Amino acid sequence: MTSEVARHLLFQSHMPTKTTCPSSQVSDDEQKQKRENIRSLTMSGHVGFESLPDQLVNRSIQQGFCFNILCVGETGIGKSTLIDTLFNTNFEDHESSHFYPHVRLKAQTYELHESNVRLKLTIVNTVGFGDQINKEESYQPVVDYIDAQFEAYLQEELKIKRSLFNYHDSRIHVCLYFISPTGHSLKTLDLLTMKTLDSKVNIIPVIAKADTISKAELQKFKIKLMSELVSNGVQIYQFPTDDETIAKINASMNGHLPFAVVGSMDELKVGNKMVKARQYPWGVVQVENENHCDFVKLREMLICTNMEDLREQTHTRHYELYRRCKLEEMGFTDVGPENKPLSLQETYEAKRHEFYGERQRKEEEMKQMFVQRVKEKEAILKEAERELQAKFEHLKRVHQEERMKLEEKRRLLEEEIIAFSKKKATSEIYQNQCYMASGSNLKKDKDRKKISNAQVLEGGSKRASESMRAGSLLYGAQLEGRNKRSQEHTWFVASYHQDLGIFYRRPLQVFWIVGDIYKMGQWAPPLF
Amino acid sequence: MDPLRQSPSPCSSRPSSPKTPPCEMLGYVGIEAVLDQLKIKAMKMGFEFNIMVVGQSGLGKSTMLNTLFKSKVWKCTPPGLAMPTPQTLQLNSVTHVIEEKGVKLKLTVTDTPGFGDQINNDKCWNPILGYINEQYERYLQEEILITRQRHIPDTRVHCCVYFVPPTGHCLRPLDIEFLQRLCRTVNVVPVIARADSLTLEEREAFRRRIQHNLRTHCIEVYPQKCFDEDINDRILNSKIRDRIPFAVVGADQQHLVNGRCVLGRKTKWGIVEGPRVGKPTTRKQTDLEIKSLLAARRTQGKAGGQGQRSGSCLAVENMAHCEFPLLRDLLIRSHLQDLKDITHNVHYENYRVCRLNESHVLPHGPCWVNLAPTPPGPSVAPGPSKVCRQTREDSDDNEDDY
Repeated sequence: MTSEVARHLLFQSHMPTKTTCPSSQVSDDEQKQKRENIRSLTMSGHVGFESLPDQLVNRSIQQGFCFNILCVGETGIGKSTLIDTLFNTNFEDHESSHFYPHVRLKAQTYELHESNVRLKLTIVNTVGFGDQINKEESYQPVVDYIDAQFEAYLQEELKIKRSLFNYHDSRIHVCLYFISPTGHSLKTLDLLTMKTLDSKVNIIPVIAKADTISKAELQKFKIKLMSELVSNGVQIYQFPTDDETIAKINASMNGHLPFAVVGSMDELKVGNKMVKARQYPWGVVQVENENHCDFVKLREMLICTNMEDLREQTHTRHYELYRRCKLEEMGFTDVGPENKPLSLQETYEAKRHEFYGERQRKEEEMKQMFVQRVKEKEAILKEAERELQAKFEHLKRVHQEERMKLEEKRRLLEEEIIAFSKKKATSEIYQNQCYMASGSNLKKDKDRKKISNAQVLEGGSKRASESMRAGSLLYGAQLEGRNKRSQEHTWFVASYHQDLGIFYRRPLQVFWIVGDIYKMGQWAPPLF
Repeated sequence: MDPLRQSPSPCSSRPSSPKTPPCEMLGYVGIEAVLDQLKIKAMKMGFEFNIMVVGQSGLGKSTMLNTLFKSKVWKCTPPGLAMPTPQTLQLNSVTHVIEEKGVKLKLTVTDTPGFGDQINNDKCWNPILGYINEQYERYLQEEILITRQRHIPDTRVHCCVYFVPPTGHCLRPLDIEFLQRLCRTVNVVPVIARADSLTLEEREAFRRRIQHNLRTHCIEVYPQKCFDEDINDRILNSKIRDRIPFAVVGADQQHLVNGRCVLGRKTKWGIVEGPRVGKPTTRKQTDLEIKSLLAARRTQGKAGGQGQRSGSCLAVENMAHCEFPLLRDLLIRSHLQDLKDITHNVHYENYRVCRLNESHVLPHGPCWVNLAPTPPGPSVAPGPSKVCRQTREDSDDNEDDY
């Protein structure tokens, strides 16, 4: 990329033009600009837009920066210590146990200030990586976590009302992969994990605890590692070499990958200053000594030189790849069925219509079902109501019938009563007549008793049998008298003994009967 | 966007994020080197800026552009040899690449000859709005592709400079209509054109009246009050808002005044001084100039005295004659990035929201926007935060996202 644009003298200008650059570049740019219908212009004075990068930087300072590091490595390999050393801070963390059944990821966010730069640093640690006996599912949680962060960003980007400038970017910008310093080669787990992660995140492999390897071994180890990575097609992050200011240093650093690092926050006095170091009985390993380990290189590359590039790579390469795959998975394409360019918009609209149509249909269906159910329920209820009604009617009718029956019975009863009273009346008359025919004075009391008995019978219980007996009082007596064929023509009378409560037969004595009855003047002797 | 809710500042410095404990670093780490990295990257990629000038013919638009960028950006027509005014509004766009001290700027200038020149100027803003929306549409289409480019070419209009003819009275109905519609879609900077026809007092009175008009009709010109983030911004921007609209005099001929070489207009009664030509000022000097202008507001009599200096500091361009340097500083030196940010974060997002909401209407051509006029008055919600398009189906405005 040329650093100076070719200048052409297209219009008459009062001021002399500035110098030009080599002709080859001129023709390239000319062609490019001609293609784009752009002319380059000379300015006759100072305009002032050289402050543009400063304006940009000011805005970024105001917004703040955000950087997310993922550390993948076995438990106890020195991840937290290295991060502490890198950022010269004691991030609070305690040692994790070796006995987790699954790999988990723990993310913590810190805010760091340096001069006027505010950095929001997120450290994501894998907890329990490589501890299980069966390590088949070890790398899946890591992949899922990275995908989840991309997904969150994609969702935010696809929203209608979005606020991207306000969004806390949690996508992983760099993955530090810690290789244990066996001195031999990569472990299978390491290889598999890196192969899965290389298309999703920028991987920087580091050899942890590098103070356990001697210099010669380290060289061989590094070469072995790199060759293994290359032969297995793992794409680790290469520092960019397209910008001249940093190309040289980046290129040289690329040759030192993977970095052999030592982490320590303990300070020891070496010479006449305090340095971070690790003390062993046989010597002191200084962290920031280039001869002892590559820590300074790592810090330089990661933070001072390439932080922005890492973020840009994550956004333009890894995120775009994820987005493309995800959208294609959802069914969007850029090119329609006849190879005409199909915009995402149209597809999206079509899908949205489809979705709405589907939803409408489902709503209709549900409505229909609801209505139908309601109808059924109504029918059932109506049926029940009708049954109840019928029952009610039936009962009413039954009740009515019974009432009528009872009425009937009552009527009959009343008729019987009337009949009885008539009969009684008639029998009384006959009784009186019978008394008068016999002409007896005595036993008025008995007569009275009889009468009173008759009255009692009348006034007392109205039992049909009694009334009948009372009514056929004399009749029975007549009958019995006749039937008996006794010597004496005796009259018998059925009388009711009040105390005993029975009817009994008593022969009538004519003389006193007739006299009394005659006395009563109501009875005529029977003419039979 | 909800018209009643103020939109958040586009360059908010407080991102919504989990609660983060601040950590003390025990030594130097080198995080601030990221600023240099940013700068290098930005310079490698280059910048883009699109500016549009709107105004009636003969107000000095092309001259102003040429002066702004100190080069023949646009071929301006001398008055006598003008072509007959075009019957309809045209939009002419020219792109240039200019470089200064390693910073490349791709500048696109859009001119609108024929604006307001007809007898019946009804709806003469429609082509302009159509053009602006077309640029938004182009960007949106690029953004929603599946495989999209690394760097989407930005042709959206970042700033629209509106030339107000120097009647000396107040804003005309055409101006008000146009500004009302445009301030919701793009950043508008009004300027008083041909300000050398007004005396200083007239100029001040005109300016006050225009500001009053803008307030009455709820027209929010750039810099918008609702996007001020912190107290420094507000102070700076309120100073600028006080001076808007700037009174500019287009000048592209060089004259020697008091030993200084300035661009100016030479008339029979004097030389109207424009911006100085010669050695570039540093940023510090620019700030000084702004400060001195604000400090020294004394009138110096009628414009056109023999090159009198109104400022009280060293090497100040003559602000009493022409406020062109203020405009230049606003547009280029201090607020260019801000203009781009507001266009991207506010206007473009507004457009995107209403575009994605009324899904079934696809564009049919460059002039498919038909804004219904909003009633003027203080009851209208502030401009930039309101959704810019009122479509026929009003029910779509309140539609939630899917």
